[in-house]
Amino acid sequence: MNKLWLIIRREYLTRVKKRSFIIATILTPLAFALFFIVVGFIFSYDSGESLRVVFVDPGNILNSKKGLKSEKDNSLHFIKSTESIETLKEQVLEGKYDGILVLPIIKDVYKTKETLYFYTDQQVSINANLAITDRAKKVVRDYKVRMLNLDQKELNALKSDLVFDPVPISKDIEDDSSMASVIAAGIGAFMGLIMYITVFIYGMMVMRSVMEEKTSRIVEVMISTVKPFQLMMGKIIGVGAVGLTQVTIWAILIPSIVVIIQLLFGFDPEQMQQASPSGGMTADPEEMQFILNNVFQEIGSLNWWLIAPLFIFFFLGGYFLYASLFAAVGSAMGDDLGEGQALTIPITIPVVLAFYIMFAAVQAPNSSLAVWSSIFPLFSPIVMPARLAFDPPLWQILLSVGVLAASAIFFVWLSARIYRVGILMYGKKVTLRELGKWIFYKD
Amino acid sequence: MSSILKLENVTKTYDKHTAVNQVSFEIPKGSIFGLLGPNGAGKTSLIRIITTITRADSGTVYLDGEKLNSNHPTQIGYMPEERGLYKKMKTGEHLLYLAQLRGLSKKRALSEINYWFEKFSIESWWDKRVEELSKGMQQKIQFISTVIHRPKLLILDEPFSGLDPLNTNLIKDEIDALNEQGTSIVFSTHRMEQVEEICEHIVLINQGKNVLEGSVKDVKNQFKENLFQIEYQGKLPEDLGRKFRFVSNSDNKLIVKLSSEKDSNNLLMNLLQEEVQVNSFHEILPSLNEIFIKQVETSHE
Repeated sequence: MNKLWLIIRREYLTRVKKRSFIIATILTPLAFALFFIVVGFIFSYDSGESLRVVFVDPGNILNSKKGLKSEKDNSLHFIKSTESIETLKEQVLEGKYDGILVLPIIKDVYKTKETLYFYTDQQVSINANLAITDRAKKVVRDYKVRMLNLDQKELNALKSDLVFDPVPISKDIEDDSSMASVIAAGIGAFMGLIMYITVFIYGMMVMRSVMEEKTSRIVEVMISTVKPFQLMMGKIIGVGAVGLTQVTIWAILIPSIVVIIQLLFGFDPEQMQQASPSGGMTADPEEMQFILNNVFQEIGSLNWWLIAPLFIFFFLGGYFLYASLFAAVGSAMGDDLGEGQALTIPITIPVVLAFYIMFAAVQAPNSSLAVWSSIFPLFSPIVMPARLAFDPPLWQILLSVGVLAASAIFFVWLSARIYRVGILMYGKKVTLRELGKWIFYKD
Repeated sequence: MSSILKLENVTKTYDKHTAVNQVSFEIPKGSIFGLLGPNGAGKTSLIRIITTITRADSGTVYLDGEKLNSNHPTQIGYMPEERGLYKKMKTGEHLLYLAQLRGLSKKRALSEINYWFEKFSIESWWDKRVEELSKGMQQKIQFISTVIHRPKLLILDEPFSGLDPLNTNLIKDEIDALNEQGTSIVFSTHRMEQVEEICEHIVLINQGKNVLEGSVKDVKNQFKENLFQIEYQGKLPEDLGRKFRFVSNSDNKLIVKLSSEKDSNNLLMNLLQEEVQVNSFHEILPSLNEIFIKQVETSHE
């Protein structure tokens, strides 16, 4: 036991003390922060583009009282003109305007397709395109409303917002709000994603480290002192501890940096929304606030006392299962990484499959695919955490936990059998069949 | 004399290939023992059994009278032929790590490391990463790591491969010094001139079996062909050629093959005449190299 502890300590400390680890651990949140700053900047970016659009209204469709609204931020000016298009074209060439907008002539109000001509020599940005089209659309709509003698009030009455609200029939099931499933899906997908990334990053780290030990020939010195099983477990646990450290630091650092940046630069989601270019998309700030409140309420209402420990369990189970398999494959690889790449495929396929199943499971958490995948041990570490937010039946959770625990122990045992043979095997191209044979080798 | 290591009918089979086949031998305590054999003879397999890396399918190994068990690795120092160190680790930390794994307390480990660092005057290496050291320097560290826990039995697999003559001598002296302090040493190699120089006892393994065993002197005597070399001045007695079989005679060097060892006095008496002056007279013993090649060839037939 003492030896195992020494190995874990070395594996952990050499990694944590490495400059690359420190940089990655601190830089990643900073990169995130930078990403937020850049995104915020892009959203609030005033392209500096100021378009002077002169428009003509040959069909007289514009309600003279309203006119065409210019943008608040001075990026778009609409100037009405009655001159001929040819004259205006010359004025554009002289630089008086940037473009000429010709409002369509509506001959038939029942025609729903019209062309909006815009004369210019400049490249029209998508933002400008959307904004101009949007304004013109409103003009056309207003015109049609007037022509058809429709009442604006009645029209508004036609716009109904329907909120889907599933109501349980049995009394013992909690009545979730309509947001619940969406939010649960979000949380579930996020958990599944974290599982997927950590299994890959740290599993690969274990594999590379096993390979290094083998190619640097330290391994024979080591196993003349400790048992191969101790060496393998020490590495898996040590790297796992590194992973936990890194994820914990990120979990603390990323939110705090985002908060700091918000304080420093004053970005907030609402502002980003308002700044978004196409007027049609702009959500009502009050509505946003309502949704956000709902989201937080939902997140709070989840049974975290159950979900958090289960998440940690699936994290550990999945990590041990896959990391041990990666260790086994690493032990079989020679000096040539490329040659051994084929051996990692049987491990990466289930991980990637589980990742896709996870997205399906989030959309339909009680489909038989989701249920059985969350019990099958190679998928469950990724799929089950994604389902947890949907309150799966207890028997499924228990079964999944039991199967995963047993499988993790089994795969660690199996990998150790392969590992002890693999690390001493040199200069041989190893096939999967060979790996299978090693399991049955005597000590 | 009791034995530090005793093997009884040790057999190990991989898949269908028998790597070690009914090998038995004993290593006397305090001796320097040569484990010889061509490449692929089963030396490494045998060493891996002794160091408990693998287990024998059948047969028994005794270390210092005790049946081999999982506590024994800490009493053995093993330097494999394919050796290595963690390249990114600092030299001092690396030695500390290996010493602690072999059951030394931190305090004792540190004092041992200091002892060796002073001995090789390499105190400044403590904070250097292993990869910053030259190959010869790394070999020194490797050697220190092998003996840091003061093992009873030291197993060195091709310890001088890759070492320059200077470092070879340095390590050789250390091996001798350790031997004088009572450490038994197993020396696995196929370089016979080193064996002859260092080892007292040898065992020769070929195709998994031991073909030859004993002290270097006994083995040589076993294979000697009663060849004698005489260096002389003057003229040899004329009838000498009729009485003895000459192997060669040139440059005042005569090599004679006798029918038996006891004939040497007879030969000498025939030489002690006035016309000839004998400068030297000695028996030519076969080199281990010759014995080795001969044995390996015959066992392949």
